[in-house]
Amino acid sequence: MRDRLFGAAPTLTLTIFLAPVAIGLIGTLAPAFGFHPALGLTTLSLEPWRQVLDDPALPAALKLSLGVGFGSTIAAVLIAFGLCAGLHHRRGLSRVRALLAPALAFPHAAFAIGLAFLLSPSGWIARAVSPGLTGWTQPPDLLIVNDPHGLALLIALTLKEALFLILMILAALGQVEAEPSLRAARSLGYGPVRAWLIVLAPRVYAQVRLPIYAVLAASLAVVDMALILGPSAPPPLAPLILSWATSFETTDQTKAAAGAVLQLLVVAAAIGLWRSAEILISRLTRTWLTSGHRSGTVDAAVRVIGLIGTALALGLSAASALGLLVWSLARSWSWPFALPTGWSLEAWRVAWPGLLSLATDTVVVALASALIALVLVIACLEAEDARGRPPGRGVTWLLYAPLLLPQIGFLFGIQVLWSALRLDGGLSAVTWTHLLFVLPYVFLALSDPFRALDPRLARTSRSLGASRLATLLQIKLPLLVRPVLTALAIGFAVSVSLYLPTIFAGAGRVETLATEAVALASGGDRRQSGVVAFTQTALPFIVLGLALALPALMARNRQGLRA
Amino acid sequence: MVRLTRRETALLISSALLAGCGPRGVSETPLAEDWPGLLTQARGQTIHWFAWGGDPKINAFIGWIGEQLRDLHGIRLIHVKAADTAAVLTQLLADKTAGRTKDGRTDLIWINGENFVAARNSGLLYGPFAQMLPNWPLVDTIGKPSTVIDFTVPTDGYESPWGLSQITFFHDAVRLASPPRTLPALLDWARTRPGRFTYPAPPDFIGVTFLKQALHDLMVNPALLTRAAVDADFEGVTAPLWGWLNTLHPLLWRRGQAFPPDYPSMSRLFEDQETDLAFAFNPAEASTAVAAGRLPATTRAYVLDGGTIQNSHFVAIPFNASAKAGALVAADFILSPEAQARKADPTLWGDPTVLALDRLEPGDRARFDSIPQGSALPPPGDLDRNIPEPHGSWHLALETAWRRRYAR
Repeated sequence: MRDRLFGAAPTLTLTIFLAPVAIGLIGTLAPAFGFHPALGLTTLSLEPWRQVLDDPALPAALKLSLGVGFGSTIAAVLIAFGLCAGLHHRRGLSRVRALLAPALAFPHAAFAIGLAFLLSPSGWIARAVSPGLTGWTQPPDLLIVNDPHGLALLIALTLKEALFLILMILAALGQVEAEPSLRAARSLGYGPVRAWLIVLAPRVYAQVRLPIYAVLAASLAVVDMALILGPSAPPPLAPLILSWATSFETTDQTKAAAGAVLQLLVVAAAIGLWRSAEILISRLTRTWLTSGHRSGTVDAAVRVIGLIGTALALGLSAASALGLLVWSLARSWSWPFALPTGWSLEAWRVAWPGLLSLATDTVVVALASALIALVLVIACLEAEDARGRPPGRGVTWLLYAPLLLPQIGFLFGIQVLWSALRLDGGLSAVTWTHLLFVLPYVFLALSDPFRALDPRLARTSRSLGASRLATLLQIKLPLLVRPVLTALAIGFAVSVSLYLPTIFAGAGRVETLATEAVALASGGDRRQSGVVAFTQTALPFIVLGLALALPALMARNRQGLRA
Repeated sequence: MVRLTRRETALLISSALLAGCGPRGVSETPLAEDWPGLLTQARGQTIHWFAWGGDPKINAFIGWIGEQLRDLHGIRLIHVKAADTAAVLTQLLADKTAGRTKDGRTDLIWINGENFVAARNSGLLYGPFAQMLPNWPLVDTIGKPSTVIDFTVPTDGYESPWGLSQITFFHDAVRLASPPRTLPALLDWARTRPGRFTYPAPPDFIGVTFLKQALHDLMVNPALLTRAAVDADFEGVTAPLWGWLNTLHPLLWRRGQAFPPDYPSMSRLFEDQETDLAFAFNPAEASTAVAAGRLPATTRAYVLDGGTIQNSHFVAIPFNASAKAGALVAADFILSPEAQARKADPTLWGDPTVLALDRLEPGDRARFDSIPQGSALPPPGDLDRNIPEPHGSWHLALETAWRRRYAR
């Protein structure tokens, strides 16, 4: 009976999870072809498409999105593979791994806000060296942040995504029997980096293909970071579509829907193009892989790219977070002083009442969506265990669907669903929408440790008469307490960082730290912006810290559970 | 302007409400016919005020209004912080199409300009109501004509003013002693100091307003702006503007290749000393920033010699508001001398009042006289040099034309 409960788990999960996505897609497709009953439009037409194609900003916005999307994904892949190949044989990799989780928990918007202040010509770096080293008595007229080619945005995305891909590669290494193959290659005389590239890279790549596609899709359709670091005239494609969606002109609603479909097509085409490039590259590099050269300058280059990229990503993340904190405590801080000339808690005092309610809503949504995701994921993994085999590749793709689809593509239509259920603008709609993005990450974080658990323990428990549920609760979960809490913390961090899903599901009525941080990022007061962005950064850090500290505390007398 | 007695106001209320309650109000509880009755009805109501939430100062002021309404009238005010007024209008339009004529989710909207015209024309607003508010006779409809004419469109009582905006330039007297006082002079100044000025990129509202200001100052016949843009030879009459911008852009911050996306970003560039001259739509903006320690005490503000564009911002009530009585009481409280004086205080917000100060009781007058006058406010009399907003159609026309030229 209870076993059947678990049997239904995957179906239930996919329904809860995919129904809103499917309805959202329909809700976007229909108005894209002129069908929008609420606006009195009940005949199909291509008019929205004509308006999209007529928009003067479209060609430039499209070019910008493609440049930023492909550029940052390629750079992030190079850095991530470079680092893992370059550091695998050294101790450094485990040290990097320890820094990855907190760096990844840094919300995108907050990172962008901090980075914008670091890099701009009047920013922290320029202040630190001016006018002493540079002779700049006023900030130089250099186009760095919000540049028309989106380079600042490209760099920020690259740094953020490289860290995510490193984590994915480290997880994948556990599934490809890395050490024996490396040893074999090394014993044949291959240098450490070359051995990794030849023996492991192709297998690891196959494992992290989906995360790479997710990264490509996300950077092609990025909104929050683009609003902060990207150009505005014209903006990239996704912010341009968002500006149509929030316009009052009724025709702009259908135009925005058509734009959202265009964004979907762009992402689909980009993933197709990437896949073709994969095939091409694997053909072209075959001779190189089998050339027999034991090492070469490529190895050094790969390692340098990986090291510098990762060092920048970690260093700039830390400096950005620090910058946010310093701004939140500044009273006055004008060019060219390297530190505020006056300190004050005023910004925190002013923000406090609002901050408290923002933080409460943020935590409620994040905890709820992460907990629901955790229960569903554990049930699915247990069902998988009961069936005795992992799900097919199709299911994995479905699980990834919300990450592969551009957010604006189905969030636009999902509003209709929440409105029909009269849930729009409530915490439950926001939680449910967050679940779509939280669940894949929780699954990613938990599936490997869960599958790696020694099956004999559960088998012994079952043979002693314990039910599947009792075995799960009393044997497996206590053993898995560390990865379970980590998965929860990751889910929490993902939810805290979500901007666009909150905007659409919240109907402007639900505010979280993410929406407030983006709203204030363009605002005049950097101290207020610092307060909110720093709080948004601190929350996932605290939860992650608890997730790491609690198991250590609970298991202080159990050697095998520490680690 | 005719001043109304309380009795006349009550009469107006009843007639206006009867009109407002027409056929579509059948199933609703009818609104009380006199002000005391409305106050009774409003007690215990919750009103949702949809208002831009991007400025902590304004949010704090709206929070204060909420406290006062709670203490004075037992009304609960919820500030629905919006990025864009247009969002609520889309929602109202959907409500109207779906036949949701009551129990609406919004009771009060912060609105003006093209949004007002669009909402009014689509029948999304309740009214007329403005003239029946007890504080209405205090509004300076003659000295501040924008309180009843919104972007050349008469408000007809479908929105009630709550503050004024006027383009005001500011600079640091230490870095820039004598700033340009006309737009042609601005171009000459930019030639000598390239890269030290910029303006927000349209479609940003303030960016488009800057275009309107420049068009007004440069065009041959500014009177054309009172008519719809389509009635004029748009390319012909705007040619001087584009010629001027083509010369100006290479002399701007980042050589005109990038623009700040909105007003706050432009103001932050000034704060970071990336530019030497900036402008705001709120005349007290610089003064507030000085009080907060963000700008130096040597900051000064002024209005261009030929005057600058001024407009009012308003509150309106949606046709399907579920707490109309509460919304009316709130709209009236916003017009009270107490609220208007607090709003005009540059240390709190600094939004100029819409009231005629000479009509106030001495005690209320004193509230305004005691407002601290910072040195970063425009000199007295500067705000009298004001230009009305052009017809609403110029906004979209200029925005589109600008984007076609410079944002591709």
